Amino acid sequence: MSSVPTDLRYAKSHEWLKPAGDGTATVGITDYAQNSLGDITYVQLPKVGAEFTAGQVFGVVESVKAASDLYLPVAGTVLEVNTALDATPETVNQDAYEAGWMLKIKLADPASVETLLNAAAYEKAIG
Amino acid sequence: MSDLKRTPLREFHATHGARLVDFAGWEMPVQYRSILEEHKAVRRAAGLFDVSHMGEVDVKGPEALRFLNHLVTNDVAKLFPGRVLYSPMCYPDGGVVDDLLVYMRAPEDYFLCINAGNIDKDLAWIQEQAQGFVVTVTDRSADYALLAIQGPTAVAIVQSLTGAKLDRVGYYHFVEGTVAGVQCLISRTGYTGEDGFELYHPAGDAVALAEAVVQAGAAHGLELTGLGARDSLRLEAGYPLYGHEITAEISPLTAGLGWTVKLDKGADFIGRAALLAEKTNGAANKVIFFKTGDRRIVRADTPVLGLDGAPVGRVLSGTLSPILNEAIGSALVTTAAASAPLAVDIRGTLINLQLVKPPFVQLKKAST
Repeated sequence: MSSVPTDLRYAKSHEWLKPAGDGTATVGITDYAQNSLGDITYVQLPKVGAEFTAGQVFGVVESVKAASDLYLPVAGTVLEVNTALDATPETVNQDAYEAGWMLKIKLADPASVETLLNAAAYEKAIG
Repeated sequence: MSDLKRTPLREFHATHGARLVDFAGWEMPVQYRSILEEHKAVRRAAGLFDVSHMGEVDVKGPEALRFLNHLVTNDVAKLFPGRVLYSPMCYPDGGVVDDLLVYMRAPEDYFLCINAGNIDKDLAWIQEQAQGFVVTVTDRSADYALLAIQGPTAVAIVQSLTGAKLDRVGYYHFVEGTVAGVQCLISRTGYTGEDGFELYHPAGDAVALAEAVVQAGAAHGLELTGLGARDSLRLEAGYPLYGHEITAEISPLTAGLGWTVKLDKGADFIGRAALLAEKTNGAANKVIFFKTGDRRIVRADTPVLGLDGAPVGRVLSGTLSPILNEAIGSALVTTAAASAPLAVDIRGTLINLQLVKPPFVQLKKAST
C-alpha cells in the first residue's frame, strides 16, 4: 500500500506539491510513482529560474525499466532544485516525500493549488 | 495475467513479495526488493533465481551425437559424460534459431536447455531437422523446474545441502545427485558471470528445494533475485541474450561468438556455408559493447551515430551497471563505423560510447 500524506496536494500524473504558505511550494513524485517505476537511476531537473506553465514537462525520471516525463501540476518558476539527486537518485525510492523532493517553485498563482487533488482523491485515483 | 504460464514457484514468489510480470508468456518475478540491490547481492554473496520457464529437451538414440553436431554450430563431439557445452543453433543463412546448453549424460543420451520464449519454435525446428536421424527428441520442459544459485557464496550454500563433491565439478561440468533430498542435475553453469550452480529437478520438488536453499543461504548472504537482476548481470558479464545480441538476423559471428562456431569440426552443420562465407568475406555489421561514463540508460533501439552524426546502427541492450554506476550496453553497428567514434543522442544530449571488451567487471567464475 502506497503512502499518501494528507498534508500534500497531488496530480493525476503522480507528482505531489506541498505549499509553504508563502506563495512557494515543494514538488516531487509520489510513493506510488516511485514504487511503480522501480529503481530510479537518474533524475533530470531544470535550471533555477526556469518558468513552466501548468502541466508542462519539467524533467525526466529514469528507472531501470523506463524513462518518464515529470509534469509540473501548476504554473511556476523554479527557485531551487534538489542537486543531491544527481549523485543519489535512489533517494527518491527511499524517501519520496522528504529527502527525495525535486523542485522548490514560486507559484504563479497561489490559488492554483486548489485545483489539485487532495490525499483522499489521489488515493482513489491510484485505486 | 490469467493466460500466463506459471512455474511451480509462482506462489513462493508472491509470498516473498515479488513483482510478477509477463516475461515471454510466463508470469515471472522481475524483482523482489530492488533490481540494483539484487544485482549487487549476486556479485557480493549469492542470489537465488527461478528459471523454471527455460525449456528442456531430451535427445537420445544411436545417432544423437551425429544429429546434434548437425544441429548446432559448436562441436558436440568434444563432450564426455558430465560435460556441458554452450552453442548457438542456426538457420541455413547463419541467423540464430536459439542459443542453448548441451548436456551429455551418456553416449546416446543428451539433454538440451533452451530459452523459454523459443520453446515451441525450437521444438518444431529440432523435430524437423531430426528427420532421417535415428534419434528421439522429447520435450521435457513441463517435467523440470530450474533454480540457479549464483555468486561467490553459491558453492558453500549448495555444498551444505548435498553429499556430491562440488569441488570436483568444474565450470561447465555437471553431476547428478541429491540437493536437500531432491534429485538434481547439478550443473556448474550460470548467466551472471559468477560462480554457481543451476539445479534441474522434478517440478513437484521445486518449492521444497527453494525453501531449503533460502534457509541454507541465510548465513551466506543469499537473496532472492529476479529476472531484472539476471538481465543486468548477464549484460555486465557480456553474455548475449536471444532477441538482442543474437537473433534470426544477427549471426554468431556478427555477435562476436566466433569461438562457438566450429567450421572445421568435420560435420556439415546447419548454417555452415553461410557462416564460412561470412568469415571469409567479413561481416557487414558487428556487435559492440560500450559504457558511457554517464548514468542515463541507453535503451534498446536507440540509434547509434557515427562521426558525422549519421546513424550507423542501433542499441541492442542497455542498462545501468550497478557496479560501475554508469550506463552499459551493446549495439549493432556497421563494421566500418565500429572503429570510429560513436555516440547516442539522449533527449538532446550527445553521449559518446566508450567501446569495452566485456566483461565490464572482473568475474570470479570457476575454471573449467
